[in-house]
Amino acid sequence: MIEKETTSTFNKSTGLPRKRFYRARAHSNPLSDSHFPVPLSPSQFDYSLHYPQLFPASSDDDNPKRIQFADIGCGFGGLLVALSTLFPDKLMIGMEIRDKVTEYVKERISALRTTNPSQYQNISVVRTNSMKYIPNYFEKGQLMKMFFLFPDPHFKEKNHRRRVISPHLLDEYAYTLAVGGIIYTITDVEELGEWMKGCLENHPMFEALTEEELENDPVVKLLTSATEEGQKVARNGGQTFQAIYRRIAPSL
Amino acid sequence: MGDAQMEEGDNPREIEVSPAFIAVHPAQRSVAVAVGSDLRVYDLTGDCPVSLVDDSAKPFHSDSIRAIRYGASGKLLVSAGDDKLVKIWSTDSWLCIGSVCCEKRVSSVAVSNDGLFVCFADKFGVVWVVSSKENVENQALPDKKAAPILAHYCSIITSLEFSPDGRFIVSADRDYKIRVTVVPKNPLDGAHEIQTFCLGHSEYVSCLDFIHSPDYPHGLLVSGSGDSTVRLWDVTSGSLLDTCEIGAKAELSVTDGLEEEPCHAITDLCTCSNGTSIALAVQSLKGIMLLNCNPSAKTLSIAKVVLIEGETLIPTSLGTSLSEGLLWMVTGISKLQGFNHSSLARVRAVSLPEDNGQDAEPVLLRDDEIPGGQKLLERLQGSVSIGNDVFLAAAEALKTAMRSLLIKKQYSAEKREFRKRTRNDRKLKN
Repeated sequence: MIEKETTSTFNKSTGLPRKRFYRARAHSNPLSDSHFPVPLSPSQFDYSLHYPQLFPASSDDDNPKRIQFADIGCGFGGLLVALSTLFPDKLMIGMEIRDKVTEYVKERISALRTTNPSQYQNISVVRTNSMKYIPNYFEKGQLMKMFFLFPDPHFKEKNHRRRVISPHLLDEYAYTLAVGGIIYTITDVEELGEWMKGCLENHPMFEALTEEELENDPVVKLLTSATEEGQKVARNGGQTFQAIYRRIAPSL
Repeated sequence: MGDAQMEEGDNPREIEVSPAFIAVHPAQRSVAVAVGSDLRVYDLTGDCPVSLVDDSAKPFHSDSIRAIRYGASGKLLVSAGDDKLVKIWSTDSWLCIGSVCCEKRVSSVAVSNDGLFVCFADKFGVVWVVSSKENVENQALPDKKAAPILAHYCSIITSLEFSPDGRFIVSADRDYKIRVTVVPKNPLDGAHEIQTFCLGHSEYVSCLDFIHSPDYPHGLLVSGSGDSTVRLWDVTSGSLLDTCEIGAKAELSVTDGLEEEPCHAITDLCTCSNGTSIALAVQSLKGIMLLNCNPSAKTLSIAKVVLIEGETLIPTSLGTSLSEGLLWMVTGISKLQGFNHSSLARVRAVSLPEDNGQDAEPVLLRDDEIPGGQKLLERLQGSVSIGNDVFLAAAEALKTAMRSLLIKKQYSAEKREFRKRTRNDRKLKN
C-alpha cells in the first residue's frame, strides 16, 4: 500500500511530483531552533550528495567547482529549473525552510534528471534556515548571484526582524557575494518592496543596477516568469516590485 | 509562538540564577566582582574597598549583572546585565560616567582598545556601540544613545572581543558561530564588512580571548565551547589552527563519581600575561586547567590542572591583569533557591610562573597571601562564610541555567507533532 501511495504522488505523463502532495503552510518561523542537520563549515558541505554526476563520490580528483547561485527561499523551485538550462556550467542551490516543499523540489529535480539525462545536474536543494546558516554553506565571496523572490512579507512591525532582507543580514549576504555579484529581490507587496529597496540602498556595499543593465540581464525576466509566485501574481494581474543590486567593494 | 515554547519548556518562569563574574584592572590596580545586581570593587593601590557613586538619573543595577569588563587602558569599567542597563564607570573617581538603556537584556560587553567606544551585545544577537567619551563641559549626564553595529540572527551573543591591533571585533554566539567583523572608522555608522567566520565548534561558543604575540599583530584567537574543546583560530582567514579536547583530562581530575554524565563545557577562558598560557574554567572541574599555546607552531596543548583542595570551587569566571602573573577566579551565584544566602561568592587567586619552565609550578594563594588579603575578600565575597554543600548546589543550579540558556532544546517527534497540533492558527479554526 505504501508503495502505491508513493508512486501515485508523481504525474504519470511528465513523471514530475504532484504539488498537491507537498502542500505546506506558507509561513515558517525563522527564529525557532532548527532540528535539521547543518554543515559545521562550508568545507563539510557534501557536493557529491547534491551533484552526484559532477562530483562522483568514488573519484579522487577534487572538482574545484563551487556553488555560485543561491536561491534563498526557493519555494517549489521554478527559478532553479529555469536557470539550470540557462547557465548549464554554474552550480546552483535552492534553500528552503519548509521540509515538505524541500522534498517536492528534491523529487522534481530527480525526476527532471531521469527524463533529461545529462541535464539538470547543476541544481540541488537543501532544507535549512538561511537566515542563521548562510556562512555554514558558502565561503567568503563564493556566490555570484543571490535570489530573494517573493519572501514572506511579515507585515507586523514586531515581526520585521524575521524578514529575510534586513540591514544586518545584508552584511552576511555581502560577505558571501563576490564583488560584482548580484542580489535579486522581488515581491508583490509594495510595503516590502520599499523596505527591501531601502535596506539595499542604504547599505554601503551594494549599488543599484542601471536600467540598461537590467534590460540586458536575461535573469531579470525570469524573476516574474519562472517562479510559481510570479506566475500567480501575473495570473491575478498584480504588480511586482523588484530591487536588484550589485555587491561593490566598501569605500574606505 | 514564544509563549507556546515557554509552556513546553522544562521549567518555565523558573527564577534565573546568574553566575558571579570577576574582572581585574589591566595593571591590577583594582579587582571587581559582580554577583547578582551587586557590583563590588576593591582598590588594590589604596588597599581599600571602593564605593561606587552613581549620580545619573538612572537607578543602579536592579537585576543580575551578566558582564563586567575593564577597558584596555584601565580608565573604564563597564557593567551590564539583565536589567537592560549598561553602566560605564571611571576607575579614577568611581563615578558612573554613562548609563545606556537597551531594549533587551545584555549578555556581553567590550571596550575598544582606544577606550573611545563601548560595545555590548543583547540576547537577540544585536551588538550595539556607544561613545564612552566623558562629557566634560556638560555636568548633567546626557542619556547616551547606542547604535546597532552588527547582528547575529536572533542568537544569544556570548562573548565580544576586540583584536589586539583594534582592527577587528569578534563576536561568538550559541549557534556555534564566531564572527570577525572589520571595525570601521566610525563604528556608530555600523560595521558592515565581515572579515570571516570561524566555524568548527559543534556546540555553543562560550568564551573568547586573544593571544597577544608580537608575531601576530591581529592576535591569535582562542575560543572555548560547550563541546568541551578549545580552538585556536587565525582571525584574518578564519582558519582553524588547532583544536584541544579537554574532556579526557577533565575526566581524570573529577574525583568524585557523583555525576552520571559529566559535562566538560568550558565556561570561561582567559589568556595570561606570559602570552602563552590559557586558563580555563570547566563546568565539572574543581579548579582550573592550564593550556599552553605555541604561537609559532600554532598549537594548543594541555599543560596542567590546578585542583583546589579542601573546598568546592568550580570557577564561574576568571580574570587576570596584563602586568602581574596572577590569575583571579570567582565562583558564585545569585538567586539560589532554598538556601539562606541568596547570593554568594568565593574569590581565589593562583600565581602563575613567569616563564613556562618545566619545574615552575602554579601556586594557589592562601587567603592571607592574596593582594588585599582579608579586607579584599570581605569586600568581594561578602562577609558570610558558606559551606561546601551550598557551593555544590550552586554549581548544579548554574549548570542547569547555562544548559537551558544555550543548548538547543531537543523535542521528540511525538512532542513536535503535539506542538504542531496545538498551533495557534489551527486552534482558531476549531
